[in-house]
Amino acid sequence: MADRTARLRAGYGAGPRHLLVLLACFALTGWVAQRIAGEATAGRMLLWFVGAVIAHDLVLFPVYATLDRALRGALGVGRRPAGPGRLALLNHIRVPALGAGLLFLVYLPGLLGWGDETYRAATAQQRVPLLTRWLTITAALFLISAALYALRRPRPPRPPNPTP
Amino acid sequence: MPTSDPGPSGADRPGPAVDDPTDGYGAPRRFWRALDRRRPPGTDAVTHGWRSPLRGPWLTSVYGLALLVTLPLVIVTGLLDYAAYSPQFGQAFPTDVGWLRLPPFDWPTRPSWLFRLTQGLHVGLGIVLIPLVLGKLWSVIPKLFDWPPARSVAQLLERLSLLLLVGGILFQIATGLLNIQYSYLFGFDFYTAHYFGAWVFTAALVVHVVLKLPRLVTALRSRPARAELRTPRARTRPEPPDPDRLVPPRPGPATVSRRGAIALVGGGSLLLAALTFGQSLDGPLRRTALLLPRGRDPGGGPNGFPVNRSAAAAGIQAADTGSGWRLTLRGAGRTVTLDRAGLLAMAQHTASLPIACVEGWSTQQTWTGVRLRDLAALAGLPDPAAAHVRSLERAGLFRQATLQANQVLDADSLLALRVNGVDLSLDHGFPARIIVPALPGVHCTKWVTDIEFRARSDG
Repeated sequence: MADRTARLRAGYGAGPRHLLVLLACFALTGWVAQRIAGEATAGRMLLWFVGAVIAHDLVLFPVYATLDRALRGALGVGRRPAGPGRLALLNHIRVPALGAGLLFLVYLPGLLGWGDETYRAATAQQRVPLLTRWLTITAALFLISAALYALRRPRPPRPPNPTP
Repeated sequence: MPTSDPGPSGADRPGPAVDDPTDGYGAPRRFWRALDRRRPPGTDAVTHGWRSPLRGPWLTSVYGLALLVTLPLVIVTGLLDYAAYSPQFGQAFPTDVGWLRLPPFDWPTRPSWLFRLTQGLHVGLGIVLIPLVLGKLWSVIPKLFDWPPARSVAQLLERLSLLLLVGGILFQIATGLLNIQYSYLFGFDFYTAHYFGAWVFTAALVVHVVLKLPRLVTALRSRPARAELRTPRARTRPEPPDPDRLVPPRPGPATVSRRGAIALVGGGSLLLAALTFGQSLDGPLRRTALLLPRGRDPGGGPNGFPVNRSAAAAGIQAADTGSGWRLTLRGAGRTVTLDRAGLLAMAQHTASLPIACVEGWSTQQTWTGVRLRDLAALAGLPDPAAAHVRSLERAGLFRQATLQANQVLDADSLLALRVNGVDLSLDHGFPARIIVPALPGVHCTKWVTDIEFRARSDG
């Protein structure tokens, strides 16, 4: 038994538990795929499934990482340690920007008013794009952050104290 | 086949040499080794380009632990919502799910806020977890660009399961968000996609937890949480190199502390919570769901609460609901026809009940009407097995619904004629609608025209 496990580890690359849970997972996924394959829109579902990964890993992540790098570059927060003042400024921009970006992504359909007809059929109300609301919230986030930054900003260094 | 291959030497890889045999090459070794050596151009630049000193097993495990605790709640409440649609009557979508469902049971009517709770939690928590998912993905993203992509069949299969895991969670988030905001951009059936997507994700999650839980425990123990939460940015250092190579080989100086990164994700979750949970509240607090359809002012007056499916969309004509409207009750060979005056002449019962939608919003109102069990008795079946309710609506997925015995017989289950002291508005189902405790909103059929009480098969 131990010998067989060792052989599995050498050939397959992991122990029997690893193989078992993965096989169970793929069996279930296979069953679902077979069940979905009968749907006329199966291709679209697959496209959205894979597309979601691509949209996050190869679009969203590179975009926000690049923006952050550009922001750090603009503020001079590079590879060498930066002063606490610079870092505070960086983070007081990052946090509201991330908050606004998060809200934009999550509430995107409502902000841009996508799906007028389904909205009216469901709610008996006319859809009003909420983009101005989002802009207001974004402005509020940046304002709060700026106010906190002004309050917490490190004071200019005082003349040297005689105490050690 | 040699079984004692020493595996790759630690020298050509960053990080410590690991003598775990599973970390070596599997069969066929020559292939995996050649793949390792054939590094595509740019791989080293990417590997050395990761800067954040926060990335490492500890932070990933903190995010992972938070998801491990909360995701099962989202999964279970989702499955409960499916059960709330009474799949035994073939009215939960998708209908044909084989054994991929909870064991069958009759959805209870008590507590009356049960569906409000399960659905509110499913949608609310699903939204609140988004920053956590994004944070977790940020913390492990270097793995995506790792070379070689695998050193054995085991690693290859595991990576494939990670595609199901990441694709699954992002697919569920995207379809869910579009559904609650009425934007069916995806062009496929939401129920089918979201239900089966959930199972694919859950299976991949189970795999991930089984395989990674030991790593999570080790990583969390490697840095005492209390000390880590007291470490400011200035003293934040990279973790020691780890076998998963989450720690970047050339980290830059920290711009945020680890507690800062945790607070950032938590703050994002709080922000979303503050802008989401209003859709499950009544009164002025509803308006706090500033960016969601159900945060809007539904209008004043006793009928001023959110509508799901307008009369116009359902094709309800004023002529159908006027004085010519009749309710037909069927049961035990007897057919009874009533007009609205006849229903109002029967014993009226008033109940304060929530109505909750599968899209996560809910509202509590005071409904008045005839008890369903009185109507069942009138039709000659005081103890029915079920009741099939039909609407004036001619098309639409929810123009009819079957109620379980407990849903017909509950003392607060009504054919409501009035709400908050006035007649129902046309959009809320005038002349008569069903309201049953803990029943999904779309099964509280509006514009009812016909109720068929079904006898128990044994008598």
